[in-house]
Amino acid sequence: MTKQNIIELKDIFVSFGEEKVLDGLNLDIKDKEFITLLGPSGCGKTTTLRIIAGFLDADAGEVVFEDKNINGVPSYKRQVNTIFQRYALFPHLNVYENVAFGLRVKKLKEKEIKEIVTEMLHLVNLDGFEKRSISTLSGGQQQRVAIARAIANKPKVLLLDEPLAALDLKLRKDMQKELRRIQRQLGITFVFVTHDQEEALTMSDRVVVMNKGKIQQIGTPQDIYNEPENAFVADFIGESNILDGIMRDDFVAEFSGHVFDCLDKGFDKNENVDVVVRPEDVDIVPADKGMLKGTVTSVDFLGVHYEIIVDIGGFKWMIQTTDECFVGDNVGLFIEPDAIHIMKKSEYSGLYGDYSTYSEEMEHLSDITEDDDE
Amino acid sequence: MKTLSRLYIGLILLFLYAPVAVMIVFSFNSGGSVWVFEGFSLDWYKGLTTNTSMLTALEHTLIIAILSSVISTVMGTAASVGILALRKRVSRSAVMSVTNIPMMNADIVTGVSLMLLFVFIGNLFTLKESLGFFTVLAAHITFNLPYVILSVMPRLRATDMSLHEAALDLGCTPTQSFFKVILPSISTSIFTGAIMAFTLSLDDFVISYFTCGHYQTLPIVIYNMTKKTVTPDVYALSTLIFLAVFVLLILYNVLQSKAESRRGFNV
Amino acid sequence: MNKKSFGSRIVAAPYMVWAAIFIVVPLLIMAYFAFTDGSGNFTVDNFMQIARFKKAFALSIIYAVIATIITLLLAYPMAYYMTKLKISSQRMVMMLIMLPMWMNFLIRTYSWITILANTGLINKFLGLFGIGPLQLINTPGAVILGMVYDFIPYMILPIYTAMSKIDNSLLEAASDLGSNSWSRIRRVIMPLSLPGVISGITMVFVPSISTFYISQKLGGNKDMLIGDAIEYLFNTGPQYYNVASTLSLILMVMILVCTLIMNRFGDDEEVVV
Repeated sequence: MTKQNIIELKDIFVSFGEEKVLDGLNLDIKDKEFITLLGPSGCGKTTTLRIIAGFLDADAGEVVFEDKNINGVPSYKRQVNTIFQRYALFPHLNVYENVAFGLRVKKLKEKEIKEIVTEMLHLVNLDGFEKRSISTLSGGQQQRVAIARAIANKPKVLLLDEPLAALDLKLRKDMQKELRRIQRQLGITFVFVTHDQEEALTMSDRVVVMNKGKIQQIGTPQDIYNEPENAFVADFIGESNILDGIMRDDFVAEFSGHVFDCLDKGFDKNENVDVVVRPEDVDIVPADKGMLKGTVTSVDFLGVHYEIIVDIGGFKWMIQTTDECFVGDNVGLFIEPDAIHIMKKSEYSGLYGDYSTYSEEMEHLSDITEDDDE
Repeated sequence: MKTLSRLYIGLILLFLYAPVAVMIVFSFNSGGSVWVFEGFSLDWYKGLTTNTSMLTALEHTLIIAILSSVISTVMGTAASVGILALRKRVSRSAVMSVTNIPMMNADIVTGVSLMLLFVFIGNLFTLKESLGFFTVLAAHITFNLPYVILSVMPRLRATDMSLHEAALDLGCTPTQSFFKVILPSISTSIFTGAIMAFTLSLDDFVISYFTCGHYQTLPIVIYNMTKKTVTPDVYALSTLIFLAVFVLLILYNVLQSKAESRRGFNV
Repeated sequence: MNKKSFGSRIVAAPYMVWAAIFIVVPLLIMAYFAFTDGSGNFTVDNFMQIARFKKAFALSIIYAVIATIITLLLAYPMAYYMTKLKISSQRMVMMLIMLPMWMNFLIRTYSWITILANTGLINKFLGLFGIGPLQLINTPGAVILGMVYDFIPYMILPIYTAMSKIDNSLLEAASDLGSNSWSRIRRVIMPLSLPGVISGITMVFVPSISTFYISQKLGGNKDMLIGDAIEYLFNTGPQYYNVASTLSLILMVMILVCTLIMNRFGDDEEVVV
């Protein structure tokens, strides 16, 4: 991956009144990559996108596009296009005219416009929809028109602001694949904003995890999931048991009153660390064979597996297993060295406790409130 | 219950239309009185075509109504955009309070205050006639403006900012975006404002009365006629106006319900 | 940076200049006239002369209040019954109510003379039974009738609009909780239609208190209302501009106070809703 950077954000600061929205953000976006900005509501991901688009000026910092500083260049002169959260299709124009809008502004010849619009509608599988009025389209179709309209301008970078948030689950999955296909086919850079970690992991070449106006981690989906840099990332991406531990030596960590072998090194001797163990990486074994022992306090059947909570010395572990257990069982936990991930202590240490207050419903509710960013 | 409610609605409508019916019936009177119906004739309608003072007044009324509604629509729409762009909330509400004055105030107060202004200006420049075409036009623009602004501004405020951003994103300058995207999306409310301004201007008597000088509009001529003994020609003229408004109103309703059903799909 | 701006605030400049010249300055000139004498010296003498118009003020207020009350009593059931019609009929009735509004109000008012005069339609009809003729025209009743007639659409429309905005599920909920139709009207419809009533009252009261034509035609010029006084003084000559301005200023302040009080009512209600 020695591709050249198409966009560089250098030391970007933005605040709305008292509130710091972006706090010294540095980000390089490589040419032709699918990069996703992921984070909870209010983390600054949409603001970052609006700065690239030119809808917003940073209080400080530099936006570089193809090695040129584009601070203050208005959005209509930038070679980037945006897919808006609620599509922002023009209600007074039909499908054809919406897609042709940018081309007409550029004053292309009618014949060229027709060619491009037809090509774009074909690309998004909307052949024959030219004359339809926007208001007669379904959400998925409107989404496709928005994509066609944005890429008709042949941008070098396409910015997508939670474009799938308004679609239902099934349609969202289809559109994820579709977007990926369009991105490969066009060979242009996509900068995608979402608060849905699953979406980020399935679609992206690289994921940028953000919180409180700062980048927490940049990496491939695998890196982000397997090697989270701090407790925030570990907690935000997937489920994780995050414990206080001590690094006794390279490859040796102690937590939950037990010494484990692990694959991590390079910490000080006896350094306090955060330990992450993913729920699916823990094996349930008979109590006498386990490295740790505890009592099952809750069991949920989720189809693919059971999600069980095991109380070990007061810390509630979440474990995903295909073995059936019952509340009250005494079980042992077996953890392989490669299931253990060690992180440096950070400002997020201790914020994410165990699963004692966990409930599916709560998780669900917080998802709904994350609808609007900024 | 149902018959009672229908009866009530019918009675109120009867109350509203009794004078209108009287007016229409007596406009066909062959005699010269608005008291005694002597027989059917179209004489008063024929007479209108040669009544120069009335025709001139009609022309004046239409000129003033068209000019004042066009000017106030353009100025009011621009004002709505500009007022929303004001940074301070205080200055926005100050401007809106001033805007509301002509709507809340009694017409007679608006009328006399404008007359005082025009007389003052006339004395300043020692004009022979301080009141006339320009003063009545200015007065009409003034009382039309708040209606245009209050029709356009809420719609503009409700317009999705991302439409504007999408246009910029696709290469429009802010000015192009305004004319290509924002203006079409608020066109119904601009149209409503313009129609309202036009009809208000057509109908205005009180403010014109104090500001028109010798540039008499139709309501002024009618007023002068009702000061003397009224002949059925006033009724004939009013019947014609009534018909015109009736047609306009139906046209407007049809247009609006069309626009509504178009928007109705958009959920 | 303003988030909600489709253009520059500069485009409001022509309007602001216009509003300053044609809204603010005229009122300032009016106030200047009200506080000066014919040669431009400051005086409060104009306010002393107001005593001569005591009766006009009193009659204006009394007539306007009575007309507003009658209008409200007539319009409220009308608006309520309208909401019970089919949607298409509602549209129709709305249009029928608005139609006379767009007609010249001088003619509408004048037509009442044909109906109310001693030789008018009503008296002719009564004459068939040997009654009358009754003195209908040139009475306070005729003036109030004229006000009610001219301004009743301004009362019906806002009340109707407020009522038709009431979510039907609220009425169903009220029934569900045991309300009969009268208690639904009292407990749900009345409070929720109050903002419409408030704006209706303002829209009828303001033109009623300031009218100068209705009383001349239907009242037979017997009783001068405040609007008539202003009109008369301004037409008589510049020497009366000062007193006339004072009357106008007082009328404006009265209207302003009434509107503020009514708006206060409306605001309180909105907080509750």
